[in-house]
Amino acid sequence: MNIVVCIKQVPDTTEVKLDPIKGTLIRDGVPSIINPDDKSGLEAALNLKDEYDAHVTVLTMGPPQAKNALREALAMGADEAILLTDRKFAGADTLATSTTLAAAIKNLKYDLVIAGRQAIDGDTAQVGPQIAEHLDLPQVSYVSDLLKKDDFVIIRREFEDGYHMLEVKLPCLITTLSEMNKPRYMSVGGVVEAYEKEIITWTCDDITVDIEKLGLNGSPTKVKKSFTKGIKDPGEIHELAPTEASKLIVQRLKEKHII
Amino acid sequence: MNFSLKDEHVMLQKLYREFAEKEVEPLAAEIDEEERFPIETVKKLAKYGILGIPIPKEYGGSGSDNIAYAMAVEELAKVCGTTAVIVSAHTSLCAVPILEFGTEMQKRKYLPDLASGRKLGAFGLTEPNAGTDAAGQQTTAILDGDYYILNGSKIFITNSGYADVYIIIAMTDKSKGLRGISAFIVEAEYDGFEVGKKELKMGIRGSATSELIFTNCRVPKENLLGKIGKGFSIAMKTLDGGRIGIASQALGLAQGALDETVRYTKERKQFGRAISKFQNTQFELASMDTKTEAARLLVYKAAYMKDMKMKYSKEAAMAKLFAAEVAMEVTTKAVQFHGGYGYTREYPVERMMRDAKITEIYEGTSEVQKMVIAASLLK
Repeated sequence: MNIVVCIKQVPDTTEVKLDPIKGTLIRDGVPSIINPDDKSGLEAALNLKDEYDAHVTVLTMGPPQAKNALREALAMGADEAILLTDRKFAGADTLATSTTLAAAIKNLKYDLVIAGRQAIDGDTAQVGPQIAEHLDLPQVSYVSDLLKKDDFVIIRREFEDGYHMLEVKLPCLITTLSEMNKPRYMSVGGVVEAYEKEIITWTCDDITVDIEKLGLNGSPTKVKKSFTKGIKDPGEIHELAPTEASKLIVQRLKEKHII
Repeated sequence: MNFSLKDEHVMLQKLYREFAEKEVEPLAAEIDEEERFPIETVKKLAKYGILGIPIPKEYGGSGSDNIAYAMAVEELAKVCGTTAVIVSAHTSLCAVPILEFGTEMQKRKYLPDLASGRKLGAFGLTEPNAGTDAAGQQTTAILDGDYYILNGSKIFITNSGYADVYIIIAMTDKSKGLRGISAFIVEAEYDGFEVGKKELKMGIRGSATSELIFTNCRVPKENLLGKIGKGFSIAMKTLDGGRIGIASQALGLAQGALDETVRYTKERKQFGRAISKFQNTQFELASMDTKTEAARLLVYKAAYMKDMKMKYSKEAAMAKLFAAEVAMEVTTKAVQFHGGYGYTREYPVERMMRDAKITEIYEGTSEVQKMVIAASLLK
């Protein structure tokens, strides 16, 4: 069984600053981590490796320092790591990113493609589903549990108010939730091996793709304006008996024409 | 000259820190309070390769080096002195001597289980009448056919009772003095092996420390470690390596106490401002940090020299002597900065201070380290 896990290196905080002019993230000085949803996807793949001896390839698109995230994935137990890096990939929105990743996955053997639901620095949840469309694969998003059964995977897909249990024939693509599992730590031997292995680097020349669909040029998304969300005024605190309190609430709601 | 860590070491440090914070720190106060050996933590250490760090992969280890090992003990000790010494005694005092002095058969038989943590290791040299004067061994090992018959007792044995494999030092020929001492690999399952009284200690209270009693204990003769009569030399070389482990433990305790103190002095307000704003605090913190960093350089240097296969006996002694003294000083000051709270078990610094004291005593007291250093100077 061959599994490809798409991971993204993201800043280790949800409070990253934005460049007010470009509307892009300022990453300098912020420690980087594997995106939590992706890390759980990797853990799911490694569980399949433990049980069925699956071959796990991690794939990321990013600048050369994204190698650190790939090394960490290798140190956790992934077999192979591929970095897609090229100036032509820069400035990609979700469509250009998924186009690039899908083109790379076409070079690989796969039965299962795993992507995290969404990245904490973008929150779009679009890249995984788009890859599935590019590859013409069945897809299940918001996965919180996964079991392999012959040529199928049995999947639990979460909704806000319930869940579906689905049986999906391989090959397919799933997007995983960070609540799915507790990712393992790296192991000491894994770290040693991660530095013995070579991280495969692919550029635009190593994948078959229409160059117009890459990077900033291939990105239909335009950021109109970006801003830091303002802080709301603190509320009022009244210490009142219940009857008084309810009167006050009704009065205020009426003042605002809410009721 | 290069003072930067390799990328590999930086990544290992990240792994150790995550592991220590999430798996070790939450138990530290509890195992101290209950004087309970953290067997569940040992299983987790095993899973992530922390019980076989400097053991080569061909023997089932993680295939890393002594700097990586020192860093692991340091990071564990930052949050729990007990867990650190479990790793140190297992690795430095049992797995490593088998690796360095064992026959190929002994290495194949014992190292994969030890390095993977399926089995835990320990070491027995000290006796009631043979502490710093380790040459006064009274435990005897007499060859009888295919077995050595061990009689006697060992005390203050770290990991005892939980360890499966012990390196035991015993007298094989009293008439030869130091050259009549030999080392053996003894399994806890052998007939005549018994774990005696558990010690109640001031610090590292989760660590298992007991007496070992040998009553006609039958050890297969192929379990002689190294050559007959070389036991004293093996024990001393083993302790050279062990000192890197204990120095790392001391370093971690100092760093842990310093980190706690920095955090506390920024929060604690007296006379209308955080106590970190007072110059006395700042000067003391600066001194604590400088000494801790100096200890780190000595510890890493000794580990580096061992990795480079250089003679490192003096450097290991210096690292242990200095790091242990720094640990005692920094943890004591940490308690002082925490005031009355520091004396309570609500904060971890009192535990760190109790844990630190043993680093000046075991695997060679500070005085023994000075003997080693001076002997090297005056030879």
